[in-house]
This record gives sequence, C-alpha cells and structure tokens, in this order.
Amino acid sequence: MALDSKSDGEKLNFKVIGTRPLRPDGIDKVTGRARFGADMSAPGMLVGLVLRSPHAHARIKSIDTSAAEALTGVHAVVTRADFGAVENEATADVLDNCMAGDKALYDGHAVAAVAATSGKIAKQALKLIEIDYEPLPHVTDVDAAMQPDAPSLHDGRANETVPEGMSPNVMARHEFGHGDIEAGLAQADRVLERTYRTEATHQGYIEPHACLASMGPDGQADLWCCTQGHYMVRNTCAEILGIEQGQLRVTASEIGGGFGGKTTVFLEPVALKLAQKSGRPVKMVMSRAEVLRATGPTASSSIDVRIGMTKDGRITAGFAELRYQGGAYPGSPVDMGSMSAFAPYDLENVKTVGWDVVTNRPKQAAYRAPGAPMAAFAVESAIDELAKGFGLDPLEVRLKNAAREGTRASYGPTYPAIGLEATLRKAKDHPHWSAPLGPNQGRGVACGFWFNFGGDTCVSLNITPDGTVTLSEGNPDIGGSRASMSMMAAEELGIPYDKVRTVIADTGSLGQNEVTDGSRVTFAVGLATIEAARAAKREMCKRAAMVWGIDEEAVVWEDGAAKPAGPNAGDHEPMSLAEIAAIASNTGGPIAGHFEVNAEGAGVSFATHMVDTEVDPDTGAVKILRYTVFQDAGKAVHPSYVEGQFQGGAVQGIGWALNEEYIYGEDGILQNPGFLDYRIPVASDLPMIDTVILEIPNPGHPYGVRGVGETSIVPPLAAVANAVSEAAGVRMTALPMSPPRVLAAIQSENG
Amino acid sequence: MQYLSPNTVEDAVQLLASRTGECRVLAGGTDLLVRLRSGMTEPDSVLDIKRIDELRRITREDGGWRIGAAVPGAEMSENADLVSDWPGVVEAVGLIGSTQIQGRATMAGNLCNASPAADSVPALVAADAVARVAGPDGVRDVAVFDVPDGPGKTSLGRDEFITSIFLPARPARSGDAYLRFIPRTEMDIAVVGCAVSLTLDAAGTCTAARVALGAVGPKVIAVKEAADILTGSIIDAATLDRVAQACSAAANPIDDKRGTADYRKHVAGVLARRATAIAKTRAGGAA
Repeated sequence: MALDSKSDGEKLNFKVIGTRPLRPDGIDKVTGRARFGADMSAPGMLVGLVLRSPHAHARIKSIDTSAAEALTGVHAVVTRADFGAVENEATADVLDNCMAGDKALYDGHAVAAVAATSGKIAKQALKLIEIDYEPLPHVTDVDAAMQPDAPSLHDGRANETVPEGMSPNVMARHEFGHGDIEAGLAQADRVLERTYRTEATHQGYIEPHACLASMGPDGQADLWCCTQGHYMVRNTCAEILGIEQGQLRVTASEIGGGFGGKTTVFLEPVALKLAQKSGRPVKMVMSRAEVLRATGPTASSSIDVRIGMTKDGRITAGFAELRYQGGAYPGSPVDMGSMSAFAPYDLENVKTVGWDVVTNRPKQAAYRAPGAPMAAFAVESAIDELAKGFGLDPLEVRLKNAAREGTRASYGPTYPAIGLEATLRKAKDHPHWSAPLGPNQGRGVACGFWFNFGGDTCVSLNITPDGTVTLSEGNPDIGGSRASMSMMAAEELGIPYDKVRTVIADTGSLGQNEVTDGSRVTFAVGLATIEAARAAKREMCKRAAMVWGIDEEAVVWEDGAAKPAGPNAGDHEPMSLAEIAAIASNTGGPIAGHFEVNAEGAGVSFATHMVDTEVDPDTGAVKILRYTVFQDAGKAVHPSYVEGQFQGGAVQGIGWALNEEYIYGEDGILQNPGFLDYRIPVASDLPMIDTVILEIPNPGHPYGVRGVGETSIVPPLAAVANAVSEAAGVRMTALPMSPPRVLAAIQSENG
Repeated sequence: MQYLSPNTVEDAVQLLASRTGECRVLAGGTDLLVRLRSGMTEPDSVLDIKRIDELRRITREDGGWRIGAAVPGAEMSENADLVSDWPGVVEAVGLIGSTQIQGRATMAGNLCNASPAADSVPALVAADAVARVAGPDGVRDVAVFDVPDGPGKTSLGRDEFITSIFLPARPARSGDAYLRFIPRTEMDIAVVGCAVSLTLDAAGTCTAARVALGAVGPKVIAVKEAADILTGSIIDAATLDRVAQACSAAANPIDDKRGTADYRKHVAGVLARRATAIAKTRAGGAA
C-alpha cells in the first residue's frame, strides 16, 4: 500500500493537530470523579504511617518496636532489618532513602513504619517505637560540605573523577567544553567574575505522595500509586523487595502534579513490605510536612562564573564551576547543569566543571529541566551584566553569540536546526520589548536550553467493533498527553478527535515505558502513537483489499477511509474505518496497531523570556508586572497545553527567583515544611503570562514535535534577576530575592 | 470529644464552668479546626458559640458599634456604615485568610487565637476597642490590648469567653488604616502589621491618635511615642519621618524564617508612615 499521501515535516496540512479540543480529564477533575493516589481503597485495608528522624544526622544504635507491635490493631511494623541487601548502588540508595539503615541522614528520614487498622492506632504505634539515636555533626550547605573537615555522610563513596584530599562529601567531578579559556579571556575587553547562589526549591505538586499496596501469600502483588512512571515503580520495587517484575502489577492513579518529583519511589516499597508482612492491603498517604521534609526538592547551588566579552558584545570565553548539593546521596543534577550552562551560545572557548556534593538534606529528585535553571541563572546574569556594562542591548548580545544549526554545542554535539535565534528575533520585535517603564521598574531577558529525551516507549492502538479507537499508553498524563495522543491518532487515522480515547495502561498491559520525564512524552509516545496508527491503517487497507479482491498495494488511506489507489485498482466505493471495523471478525479478526521503540531524535529546545518587575525601595518587595515567554515547540499539537507548559515553567521559575527556599536552622532541622512559609507564588502575585509559540520542526518526529515541558523553567531565574537588578539599581547574585535580601542589597549599595 | 452548641450566653457560661478537662470555644473555627486536624490540640470538648443569636449581630450602640463574637469577616466587610466609620478595622479583618475563610473567620477568634501576627488586633488596639467577656461571675469589659498575653496565650479565665467587641463612636474628621507586609500578596501571615487611628480638627491638626504594631513582639505593641508625635501636629513629611522612627524603635522583633529583626524594625517604620498617611486622608486631611 501507499502511505505517502502525507509527507513528514512542516508541509503537513493538519486537520486535528494545532486545534484546541476540550481536555479529556477536565470533567473528572472538576467534579471530583478523578481518582488520585489517596482515592484508592481495598477491603480490609490498613493505614500505614512512617516514623521519621528528628535529627539532621544520627547513628541509629537500636530500634525497639516491641511495644508498637503489641498494640491492639497494629498488624505490622517495618524497619530496615526487614529488607534484604540490594546490589545495584543507585537502587540501594533509593532503599536507604525510603528506610534508613545505620544512620539517619536528614531531618525527616524514614526510620520505621507501621500498618494498623486506623490512623489513630497507627499514630499511637509510632509513639511506642523506641529509637536510640547518637546525634552526629551535620552539614546542609554545599560550600560548607566541601570543606575538607566537614562532617562526612558516607566515607569512601567518591568516584574516580574526584581528586584526592577533597571532602568525603564530594562524590563526583564532571567536565565539559572545548577551546582554551585563558587564551579566550585574554582577547576580552572585560572579564567578569562572579559567584552566584541558589537555594533548594521543591517541585510543589499539590497532590502528596500516596499509594495502596497489596500482596497475596502467593507473591502476586498489586500497587496503585501516583507516580510519573509506574514501570519505574514496578522495576524499583521488585528489585528492592526481591520479587519478579512480572509478579508486581502497578497502576498509575490520576496525578496531581509531579514536575519531576514523582520519578522515584518513597512510600511504595515500604507499603509493599507492610502488605507482605501483614497480609492485608496497606494504604499510605504523606502529609504536606512529610512531602517537604522527605521527598525531593532540587539541588541548591553555588556557582563561580568567568566570562570574557569584547566591547562589541562577542563572548571570547566562558567558564563556570558549579557546586550542587543533592541531599544525602550522590546524583545531584550538576552534570546536566554543567552541560547546559553555555548551551545557548556559539563559543570558541568554553569549559564547565561540576561538583556533586552530599549534605544532610533529603535526597534531591528531578525538578523540571534538572540542574539547568541554576546554571542559566549564573551564566545569563553574567552576560546581562557585561552587556549592560558596555551599554549594549542584551538581546543583540545574545543574538551575536547565539548557537545555530551547525554550532558545536558546549557539551559536545553539533546542533541540527534549532530555534534559539528565532525566539530572540521574535522577542526583539515584540511590543513588550519597547514598552515604556516607570520609576523603580526594570526589564530583564534571559535564554534557556533543555536537551529533551526520548527513551523506551510502547503503545497499543485498538480499533473497536463499532469503529472507535482506544489507545493505551504507559505514561502517566502530567501535561495533557491523553489529549495530544488522541489528537495524533485522530490526525493519522483521519477521524475526529472524539472518536479516540486514550488510557494510561497498567504495567501488565504494555511493554517497558520510560517514566514521564525529559519532556519526552509528546515526542516519543506521540511518535509511537503515529506509528501504531500507521500499522493499523496498513492492516485496514489490507482488509479492504481482501474485500475488493485487489492487491494490498493498490489501496490507499485517505480521510479516514480505504480507497483504491487509482483507476487501475478498480471502481470501489471507499470503506470507512467504521465499515472495516464492523466486518473485522470476518476478514481476519480484531484490528490493532502497536509500536515499540527506544526513541531517538528528541530535538533540543530553546526559549527566551522577558519580564518587567517593580521593586519597592522601602521594603524590598518585588512585583512582577509583565511576562512574555518565547519558545520553540517544534509543532504545537494542542496549543493550549503548550501555552500552559510555558506559563507553568515561568511561574515556578518566578517562585524560585523570589520567595521559595528550604530554610534550615542551626540544628539542621527544616524550618518551613508547609505551604505557608514555603512560598509558592499565588495567582494574585502574577500577571497573565503571555506566550509566543514558535514552530521550528524537529526533524526527528513525523509531525515536527519537540518536548516543551522543561525549557520554560530554565530562563526565568535569570530573567527575573536581571529585571530586579535593573529596578533596584544593584546586581542580585543570590536567590531567592526575598524582600529582606533585596532591601539589604539596596541599603548596602546606597551605603 | 464532645461537641456542645448552646443557644444562650448563660447556657454557654454554665457549660464552660461545668466541664472537666479541656474545652475549646469554637467560633469560625478557621484556627481551631486546623489545630484539631493536625493533632496540635486534642480537647475533651468543643463549645460552638455560633448558635447564640446575639453573638451573630452587628449593632449600633452609643454611637459606636458592637460586633458579636460569631460575626464572620465577610459580614463586616458588607456593612457599609461600619466600613465608613472604621475602614481600618474592617480592612484588617478582611485580610484574614481567603474569601472562603472570610465566610467563617471572626474578629473575636482572631483575637483569642493570640497570634502575635494577628491582623485585626493592631487595628482594634488603634481603635481603642473593648472586648466584652462573659464568665461565671457575669460580664466584664476589658481593653482589647489586655486580651493577648503572649504567643497563644490570653488573659481570659478558664471559664470565660468573649461575646462581643465594641468599637467606640467616631468623632468627626476621624480615620483609621491598617497595613501589613507579607512577601506574597495573599495566603500569608504578617511579617509586620501597623494600624493607625487618628482625628483631625477643622484646621487639619491632629487632635488624637493611636498607633499599634503587630508581629514585632510577643504581643501587639501600642506605640505611645508615635501617638504623641502625631497629636498636635499637622502630619507633614517631617512628622511622618518621626512616626516611622518611633515605630522602628518600639518594634521588638526576633529573627525567624519570616524575616530578620532588623528588617522587621525597618518595615515597621515604613508601614507606620504609609498607614498614617492613609488614615489622615480618610479623616479628610490634605494628602
């Protein structure tokens, strides 16, 4: 058969792609019908609760659970002693984070768990567990943790990249770049050296972690949970519990936000262990305080930058040394920060060095473009300061140095077609750029980059007997993927959007799927969906050819129907998808299409952000007046969702820039484990975030799609800092720019 | 836990007096329910005063206003005459929580919760408001300033509760204002709060003033020095500077996660200057 009626790329004449149909999860979410992690229940279910360390760092000398076990209504108590050894080092860290071993490594670290017939009894049982702690010295700051005499969390875990003589808290060193930094700096008219700092911020999803676990005496287990990747949950839990992956079926609930923070496990292995031990289903739901104390915020950072620029705005060399603490275990995203720091620029001489450091804080988890926003904050602030110092237009300076197709990226590869220059030109032409500013107001711009991922993907598309389509994907929908998958299937099949329903299948229904991360889903699952639809079309053309008694190759698929390819194929009325489906049983059986791939060619993404702020010089309070996002989406499948991703990233970045921070006391205890004092922006803090979608097609996707979920959080830290620095008349180099910090900077500038 | 809902003040007093164990008075419940749910408090009984009709009324009395202890903030904001007399008190009450919370939260509850950062309390102190307290020995009136004792503590007896708060009559050319500083625009607790109430004569000279600060000490602070500076002045720029200095000096804050002591002292002055200017304008003074 011939399927070339549509060619790939920008020439496509889309019917469904680019429209804005109603979201399929909307009514469920506004009526309360949607089932989130905490909405699941099972007969005989117990309530599971976790006991957490009140110390920032302590040796656990002994745990006595006998009194708790003796309490009526308590069916199981679990400590680390109930888990076996795990070989894989990364998974062993995940287990240690879910249930502490010899040491409690941070305030809130899980040390024991109980399952009881009621929450009240479970709470009582927690109070009856006796733990003998030996408090140890602690460290929560990244620079302090790198001092050679700092309290050590793990001895001897540094990898071979770390030079001798460093603090045992330094786990790894990363280096990227090319050229000769010193030679480049020597060509500059000015070399700027600055240190920048950012605080840890939490993903701030509204839905706390929750799960329901059940395991029969035969070892067959079921788990329902809110997660960004139930295949990851299955594989990790199976490894930790020492059971076969095939025996554990995981179903993802509706998810109330993830932003990267739900790409690992916290409660799930514990709930399964409690279920195994008690023989009853066990439900666990975190409180907000538990979420903030014990699940992943992102890393805090301390970054030195040296950039040389000529007086006409050419960057001659860029160097950055990045230090990220990722909590109590190795694996901070400093590698990705080091790779992305200078990624938007075409530089002859560029080098980044990253240090991965552990501290007595919760194990960091991915947060939207992990590692990149802090690096961009440092580099984009420095470029801005240099540009303004020379009296140059900061957008022109970025255009002058912008990476383009063929540029050798600072982290190694050579770029194919990319959209950075287009976002900068669009920003320069936008009315926002030339709008007047009032007193105490300032405007900032910044660029951002994200890699975007592909990865293992498996989808199944089924044609029902009445001619509707069900699509099963294995990725929890955190950004509108059910809508966009249905749209891509409908586009490819030539049928209306509302004839397709997409569901998130459990781990028993599809092959391995990588978690919903790296902005991969619309790209990779979309690609697989299109290929699955094409497979179904091929099958339907074959069925029509059989009915007509002609060659398969003589049938084409157009406008939702099989048609003879030309006059030579004979005179047959087109057969619609519904007509073919109705007789499928007589032409060979059910019709389905499926596709499995480790998707490559995700296509990098760039954005430019522009923001106006006003600073109250008496209080240091910052108001966001206007905000515009310019980002390349490759092809916007459902523009409303794309705009939502742009806006959401900007807002989370504004929070990170202005008021969000983990505040630790001298005792290493988190001071603000709640949404009152962990200040996410509220609606009244923000203007409408304007968006401009650019579409530079990604050659790696049939429709040109690029991931859009992460790039939008990369520029705002720097964009806001550049705007606030202008409005306040003093360069801000530390986040958050909370009112006391801004006021102190203004006062010290004014002597 | 037992839930009690008497229909009269007398019944409520009797129930309170006869209880053994801890009994918490419930008005709007916007503080108490949060504490109950989080397990911060586990009382033996809860006494709901919302079924007592007289506590749900806003009434004129001696030219002033009596606000029942169970009147939610939203009802105060919707009473145009009350807003016209005491705009600062009503705007302070209106800052407590979200729109939904305003449908429940009461001024008396805000006072009895005894948070140093309570928004309505500085405004009530600036207004020279008086709380009416019912107890086994009958009813007594006590200045609002004397109700909070420190964080989470009041001067009320074990069997006492507030039935209403009285806002006195306003002389002509009076105005009040309350401002608070929070890092966000909503859903936050005052880092500093400042209320000013003043009266001008026909020539624009201030004849009486009261200034109060919140969130910069263990309880609300009445800044007599600032009031003295205002009284007799024409409230020009120099006066505002002196008021700001007096308030910064009177503030006695701590360093905590919501702000440093130095920052709070500075902002106390900034808010005092701004609130005084608003109160002056509301009193009909030239801007």
